Amino acid sequence: MAGSSSWSRALMQISPYTFASIGIAISIGVSVLGAAWGIYITGSSLIGAAIKAPRITSKNLISVIFCEAVAIYGVIVAIILQTKLESVPESQVYAAESLRAGYAIFASGIIVGFANLFCGLCVGIIGSSCALSDAQNSTLFVKILVIEIFGSALGLFGVIVGIIMSSQASWPAKTA
Amino acid sequence: MYGFEALTFNIHGGYLEAIVRGHRSGLLTAADYNNLCQCETLDDIKMHLSATEYGPYLQNEPSPLHTTTIVEKCTLKLVDEYKHMLCQATEPLSTFLEYITYGHMIDNVVLIVTGTLHERDVQELLEKCHPLGMFDSIATLAVAQNMRELYRLVLVDTPLAPYFSECITSEDLDDMNIEIMRNTLYKAYLEDFYKFCQKLGGATAEIMSDLLAFEADRRAINITINSIGTELTRDDRRKLYSNFGLLYPYGHEELAACEDIDQVRAVMEKYPPYQTIFVRLSYGESQMLDKAFYEEEVKRLCLAFEQQFHYAVFFAYMRLREQEIRNLMWISECVAQNQKSRIHDSVVFTF
Repeated sequence: MAGSSSWSRALMQISPYTFASIGIAISIGVSVLGAAWGIYITGSSLIGAAIKAPRITSKNLISVIFCEAVAIYGVIVAIILQTKLESVPESQVYAAESLRAGYAIFASGIIVGFANLFCGLCVGIIGSSCALSDAQNSTLFVKILVIEIFGSALGLFGVIVGIIMSSQASWPAKTA
Repeated sequence: MYGFEALTFNIHGGYLEAIVRGHRSGLLTAADYNNLCQCETLDDIKMHLSATEYGPYLQNEPSPLHTTTIVEKCTLKLVDEYKHMLCQATEPLSTFLEYITYGHMIDNVVLIVTGTLHERDVQELLEKCHPLGMFDSIATLAVAQNMRELYRLVLVDTPLAPYFSECITSEDLDDMNIEIMRNTLYKAYLEDFYKFCQKLGGATAEIMSDLLAFEADRRAINITINSIGTELTRDDRRKLYSNFGLLYPYGHEELAACEDIDQVRAVMEKYPPYQTIFVRLSYGESQMLDKAFYEEEVKRLCLAFEQQFHYAVFFAYMRLREQEIRNLMWISECVAQNQKSRIHDSVVFTF
């Protein structure tokens, strides 16, 4: 076990199961944080603006749905990641292949979590401005929706890369 | 950190900001003003206003209508909206909203003290006070004989107390001293409000600084013009100018030395935003100065709505409503006195 400094030795002694589990937690937890943040930013403006202009409520729920989609991505990836988490025999737990698999799942979780966090924020802020502009001038809604669509693509990028990352996480076979 | 307010503003301020923007969409437009300017009688005005948001407030008024009734009911609408927002607001927005009304409180205090000096009845004066500036012990103002009593009896319990430190004297209240008191209070209020906005930081600080600086400069120019030819000395005049704004400090030095309007104009030529205002007036004319200032103010207030996630929209909305009420008062007076040719002298269109 190489590792010149005590930090790198300490890091390598952490079980790959830990890394993988934390990755799964981050993927769902941080995605939901992003979705919730985005929903409250949009929702509070939408409620206030809908008092004077009740017609905007049904159309502007799309912004909330885009934010919610971000949380769903997080759930899907978390489910996929947890199917990738396998047990390996005790002798193999610190083998290079196991570490690689653990790190891959961890990275996949971080990718998805943080991509969804910022996507949720982006869509939320735009959704708030969209609700306020729609209340004043209803022709603006569709144009601002295009901006939101571009924003929500960011979450998709994160999901794609995360899934690719985790698909090559292969633990050493049981019969070593 | 400036630039990231979008992340947390909506927690406490999102709902109210959306509400105030909804109110803004109910401000009268140029088309409404054109309709109103073509009215022949006050009943026509009432009919046109009932199609706008003022409808519910005016519909129960019996004819014959007076101009003061129209203005009173429209002000009532503003007060209702303000109170609704104030009770929904949390800190620091609630403090901000309260700051907006201190100017009216100062005006009410001066109104009652001046009225008492001229032996008017307290009840009559209370009815003339602006509703946004009322506070509990306002009727007791009539009892005070000089400024020290004024402070000790009444004002120490109001939010205006900290503004009095500069102008407590034992002199008796007379017209001149009351005007100086009004301007000193207003100066302290503007500086306090400015410091508060700077403390809030972010977009609120930036936009409010611009709006308050314009207010401070406008007051400095008006004080200068109104005190030309009076017994106010240069040093006294200098003390009434606020210590922020575009004109601070060099413009104030020059303004303090001005003796007539053309000198004021010469001083203002050096400051591009005010030069554009003064250029519209021909030499020797100062009646249109008020309207030019109002137009400039309305332009800046409308710009405050361009940005989201800050508090200056509340201030801008209150000021725009007050301008609208001033417009309605002017239009009603012109119609009531049959002077419709002068209507466009003083109506400032918002959009």
